[in-house]
Amino acid sequence: MDPITVTICAGTACVVMDGSGLVLLEEHLPAHLKGRVKVRGERCLELCHGHGAAQGPYVLVAGEALGHASFQGIAARIEQLLGTGA
Amino acid sequence: MAHATNVTHIRRELLVKLAGAIFAGRLAETVDRFPLEMRPRAGRGRPLRCCLHQERAVLRYRAMAMLGFSVQDEQDELEPLASYARKALRRERRDPRLLTVIEDACSACVRSAYFVSNACRGCMAQACSLNCPKGAIRMEDGQAVIDPELCVNCGRCLDVCAFNAILRVPIPCEEACPVEAIRRGESGKQEIDAEACIACGKCVQACPFGAVAEQSELVEVLGALAAGAPRVALFAPALAAQFAAPLEKLVGALRRLGFQAVVEVAAGADLAAADEQAELAHRLGAGAPFMTSSCCPAFTGLVAARLPALQPRVSATPTPLAYAAAWAGEHFPGVPRVFISPCVAKRKEAQGGCVEQVLTFEELGAALVARGIEVDACPETAADLAASPAGRQFAAAGGVAAAVAGPDSPEAEAIAGLGPETLRRLRLYAGGKGPARFLEVMACEGGCLAGPCTLADPRVAKRRLQAS
Repeated sequence: MDPITVTICAGTACVVMDGSGLVLLEEHLPAHLKGRVKVRGERCLELCHGHGAAQGPYVLVAGEALGHASFQGIAARIEQLLGTGA
Repeated sequence: MAHATNVTHIRRELLVKLAGAIFAGRLAETVDRFPLEMRPRAGRGRPLRCCLHQERAVLRYRAMAMLGFSVQDEQDELEPLASYARKALRRERRDPRLLTVIEDACSACVRSAYFVSNACRGCMAQACSLNCPKGAIRMEDGQAVIDPELCVNCGRCLDVCAFNAILRVPIPCEEACPVEAIRRGESGKQEIDAEACIACGKCVQACPFGAVAEQSELVEVLGALAAGAPRVALFAPALAAQFAAPLEKLVGALRRLGFQAVVEVAAGADLAAADEQAELAHRLGAGAPFMTSSCCPAFTGLVAARLPALQPRVSATPTPLAYAAAWAGEHFPGVPRVFISPCVAKRKEAQGGCVEQVLTFEELGAALVARGIEVDACPETAADLAASPAGRQFAAAGGVAAAVAGPDSPEAEAIAGLGPETLRRLRLYAGGKGPARFLEVMACEGGCLAGPCTLADPRVAKRRLQAS
């Protein structure tokens, strides 16, 4: 199975809403998810446009937008997609 | 290690709203709605505090601090934020106090730092009780109980318990403060002794309830930019590593925000390093055992307050900010200078008069968001005063030592952080037993990249700095 791509928004609003550390996602994934996820940073994804910066930081998990992104929230979404969640 | 928290997220959300209102010229008209907008009756899930009303009350006090007021000065709980906003818009001098405690947010952590857990077996030995010098431990229903009124936090009970049943529960702000400037007041809530405080900002970072807030100059700085008044931005070296964009685009973003001129304080670091090198050689030649850096005002404040024996060893070379500010004053006479700062301590340095105003990285970030400025989309422009790569490395721990004593010099040591271990190390130097000839000291672990008012994760920022 191809790894799930997580795209981290590196736009100014997402940095301001404390999203810069999300590029370190791989270090924070549980062991069973390591190697199954590909993480990349990207210029502003413009996901906050129309929703406001407060919903940030944003990421795309397998192309689907996720606001208020955190290591825990991203991992939970990956688990859902892989069907490995509790 | 830095980590994302709700405290940071809420603070920045509010800063963005305030910045937007200032730029729109509608601060007084809108500010009272912010707590309600951020915590509406429906749709925000479970409150992070005891109830919606407390969350809104804390947001109100947080906004009051961001408008530059001390929460402790409140006379009338019903005074609207609009009233504070109007006062802020017409005041001529900012309140010199830098930090304020939001009493409604302070959880008045624990009366005693020691707590008996349910691992207590109510043993026959009762070593905890028998060894307590204050008679603060009694047995109740087969378990030891500590009386917080009598406990003096000596920790002897923890040492003698055979079951490890006694826990030490720290008060995070007190634990983090290197000069004991934050203490429980009569109300049971924490209070800051402004005289003793060295403005290191450790309490702001440490409090999990976000109860310590900065008193900001946001209104003054953004109000001036909104009105088109000329301002010179002097940005700290660590700012360049906050955004995923080249430094020249960041300079473009600052110009787009309204700054007439942009100065890299790292250029001041170049000048400071050259003078500090000469000073070090002179001092060592005159028989001094070592010299310390002087660029971190929290460290120099700590020396003045707690390590007087180190005072003669602190470099007399002005800080990079002082050099950069002098250059800006000469080249843009009469134009107020705004230092863009990674920390609270530099606000204190600014009060000495080297610059007129301070905006933190967080506040700058909020202003950029409020203005819809995407740093990476800004045109690349050169700073009016640009720095060398070595000066830019002042942002990270070890950067000053490398610039002054040479890269990886065995004669130099870099200390970062003001925790118990680093304080022990500093006391070693104060006692004349330190091994290095040049000692760099930064109050924050990782240096200015990890300042309490920075935006980016310090690990990410460090990678960016190293790659630049």
